[in-house]
Formats: sequence, structure tokens, C-alpha cells
Amino acid sequence: MGIILPAWIAAVLWAILKMTVILVLAPVGMMYLTWLERKVIARIQDRFGPNRVGPYGLFQPLADGIKMLTKEDLVPTGADQLCHLLAPILIVIPALFLFTVLPFGPRLVAAPLTTGLLFFAAIGSSETLAIFMAGWGSRNKFSLLGAIRTAAQLIAYEVPFLLAIAVVPMIAGSLSLPDIVQAQQQSGWFVFTPWGFVGFLLVMTAGLAEVNRTPFDLPEAESEIVAGFHTEYSGMKFALFYMAEFLSALGLAGLLSVLFLGGWGGPQFGFLPPMLSDILWMGAKTFSLVFVMIWIRGTFPRFRIDQLLGFAWKVMIPMALVNLLGAALWSFWPGIGGTLLSLGLPAAAFLLTTQLWLQPKPVVTSKWAEYV
Amino acid sequence: MNYNLNYLFLGLFLIGALVVPLLPIVLAWFIAPKKPGPIKNEPYECGMQTEGDTWVQFRIHYYVFAILFVVFDVEALFLFPWTVIFKESGLGGLLAMGIFLAVLAVGLVYAWQEGALEWE
Repeated sequence: MGIILPAWIAAVLWAILKMTVILVLAPVGMMYLTWLERKVIARIQDRFGPNRVGPYGLFQPLADGIKMLTKEDLVPTGADQLCHLLAPILIVIPALFLFTVLPFGPRLVAAPLTTGLLFFAAIGSSETLAIFMAGWGSRNKFSLLGAIRTAAQLIAYEVPFLLAIAVVPMIAGSLSLPDIVQAQQQSGWFVFTPWGFVGFLLVMTAGLAEVNRTPFDLPEAESEIVAGFHTEYSGMKFALFYMAEFLSALGLAGLLSVLFLGGWGGPQFGFLPPMLSDILWMGAKTFSLVFVMIWIRGTFPRFRIDQLLGFAWKVMIPMALVNLLGAALWSFWPGIGGTLLSLGLPAAAFLLTTQLWLQPKPVVTSKWAEYV
Repeated sequence: MNYNLNYLFLGLFLIGALVVPLLPIVLAWFIAPKKPGPIKNEPYECGMQTEGDTWVQFRIHYYVFAILFVVFDVEALFLFPWTVIFKESGLGGLLAMGIFLAVLAVGLVYAWQEGALEWE
């Protein structure tokens, strides 16, 4: 680059180009994710799903978008106007930021930060704040309940999520996402190692809770609290919450494929340039994981709030801690001993914690009950 | 690529990312009908009049979880720099981190025993 242009103009132009690609592709990808989800859920429930607007209902997302634009925007009386307006804006921005660090190829990453993994986790968890703003700002009891539940759920699952992703930089030796993929090209996908397998399951579970998807969608449990934190949102603002949810699900699937499924790595297609082949592999892995998430949504019932919090604190955190130890042992004693230990420890932790968790409780269990 | 350039890009991206939610909101502001009414703008509670104030104090139990979360979140903060140098630091590093994690794990066990993790 930069034959005639000064370096800084070239850099700014290049940045704007990368930015435009993400900002255009992410919403379009999200629109077609809604279509995919409706189609897959419909198939699971023995329906057709959207099939009227365009071939196979492919123009349905566009029709939905136009409908959302023409819907009245209601703000309840007594609501905190500023919070109510800012929440949908603030929830979409971090969801978009997730895609700046996801690598789609060795050089196809918008911001190749050396601390990419940490950046992803930090940005992802800031969505909690926007959700709480939405619930608080609406001045509706259902919204507030949904928001408090979300806060409790997100902070509970944040911890096992962080502890479980920490095994990957331990072995790969870097927090940069492209480096993590490159490490897997030498050693094979991390999901095929014992600690990687446990980590993958933990991150998938905690991640589903982080993006509020079934079976962890208590914040928006229709049967209990209407629509949770976005009860009082209509029209385009509601659509923005929907968009943030799908974008985070897509981002999570992308992160999982980078951390455990080898990212863009895969056999090259001879007839395609390597760059396109990388994008295809990364896209295929991401969309397979998104499909699994939709599949889980179509088949699993919802958790109860005490089960939800208990599962995070009592089962997932001990398992994630033990998995860290397992990965360390696997790295120090390669061979059958380390492998067995790193498989056996999390399995033992799982059996022990679930036994302790599910055993019948004595009558007085909480000393906090009197302060309620 | 220059290291600082990444952060310049993220700064630019923040401005760009603002457009994505603002554009549809502004468009909808022009297109969508605006017919507010006293009944329409009531907080939605399945058709009932809302009783009492919504912004009340909530259960102290949430704060117990929040405090536990802060402990483990700070732990993660210390954990991530260690993961990068895990292989060079060898057994000594593992031992140091293991003791640190064990102390916190004991804290978790204590909270569990005290019933702080029970949801009534």
C-alpha cells in the first residue's frame, strides 16, 4: 500500500475499509441468523417456518426490518428516559466490537491485539451493564426482575467462562487469537486434548448463559416475567436487543471455533485462493456451532433460577479450577499419565460436586434468609 | 503492523459502531407513528394497574453473589498474565498459582458451607 499516499492516510483508509466490512457484514449476518433460527426451530417443531416472503422465506428478515421501522416507540410514563434510550445503543456496540478481534485468516483480523482473548472477554461482559440499564430504566417490575436476574446470572457464569478459557493461553502461550490458531496448526485442535474437551464443554455452557440463550434464557422467561428486561421496548429499540443477542451468539461461536476448533485451519481447497479457503473454514465452524446453539434451544427446557446459580457456583467453577490443574499436569507430564490425570480430575470433580449439589438439603440452609 | 495503530482502529471503530444502532433509531423516529396516550404508556403488567413503586431495594442475597464474583473476577485478572508465561515459569510458577487458586477455592468451599450459595 501507499505508493503515492502518505502512510497515515493509507492507515486511516485501511481502518475505514475494515470497519465498513465488519459493520455491514455483522448486521446482515445477524439478519440471516434470525432466518436460520426460525427455519431450524420450525423444522424441529415440525413446522415450515417463514416461507412466504421470497424463496424459502429468504426475504423475511428484510420484511421484519421494515415492519420494525414502522412500529411506534413506546416509553412508559415515569421511566428513566435517558437509560431507556441508551440501553439498546450500548448493548449493540460491544456486540459489534467482538468481531474486531476474531481472526478469519492469518492476516484477516481487523485488530490483531496481543491481548485479544482478554479484550473479547472484557467487551463481552460489558453487555450486562446495558441490560441492567434497560431493566432499571423501564420502571416496570417485570423488567427490573429480569434485569436483576440477568446480572446475577451473567456474573455467575462469567467466572467459569474466564477460568475455562484460561487453559487455552496456558498451552498456546499467547493471548492473541491468531497466535492461538497457529499453535493449533502445529499441535492439532485443542478440543481433541482432554483439557481442551472439558474446556470446550465448559466454555460452550457458560457462553450460552453469557449470551442469554436457552436453556439459560431466564432473563426473558415468557412464562414468568413476560419478556424480562426488554418488556417495555418496542419497534426498533426491541430489534436492537435482538440484534445484540444474535451478534453475541455469533461472536461466541467464533471464539469457540478459534479457541478449540482450530479457527481458520483446515485442508485448503485447491480451486480457491488460500484466503477464501480460510474464510470458508472459519465460517463453516462458526455456523456449525450456531446450529448447535439453535438445536439446543429447540430441544432443552429452561433452568430454574436456583438451579441456574447453583450449577454455576457449585459445579462449573470447581470443574474449571480443576481443569486448569489438569491442563498444567498434561503439559508437564506428556504421555498417558498426564492424559489420564487431566481427564480423570475434571470427571471426578464433576461427580463429586454434582453429588454435593444435588443431595437433600437440611431444613435451615441459609443464614442469609433472615436478612431478606 | 504498528501496535498503537490497533488501538487507533478500535477508537475509530467505536465511532463507526455508534452508527449501527443510531441509524435505525433515527430512521424509526421519522417513520414510526407517535400517538402516546395515558393508558398506552402505562408500565405493562398484564393489564393491571401497577402497585407501589418499582424502584425498591432488592434482596441482600444478590450482593453476596456480587461480592463472591468480585473475588473470582480479580482472580481471573491475575490468572491471565500467568497463563502466558505458564510454560517458562515451570513447576515453581504452577506451585505459586496453585497456592493462590487453592486459597480462593477454600473461600468458595467456605461460602458453600455457610449457605451463601443457596437460593431460597
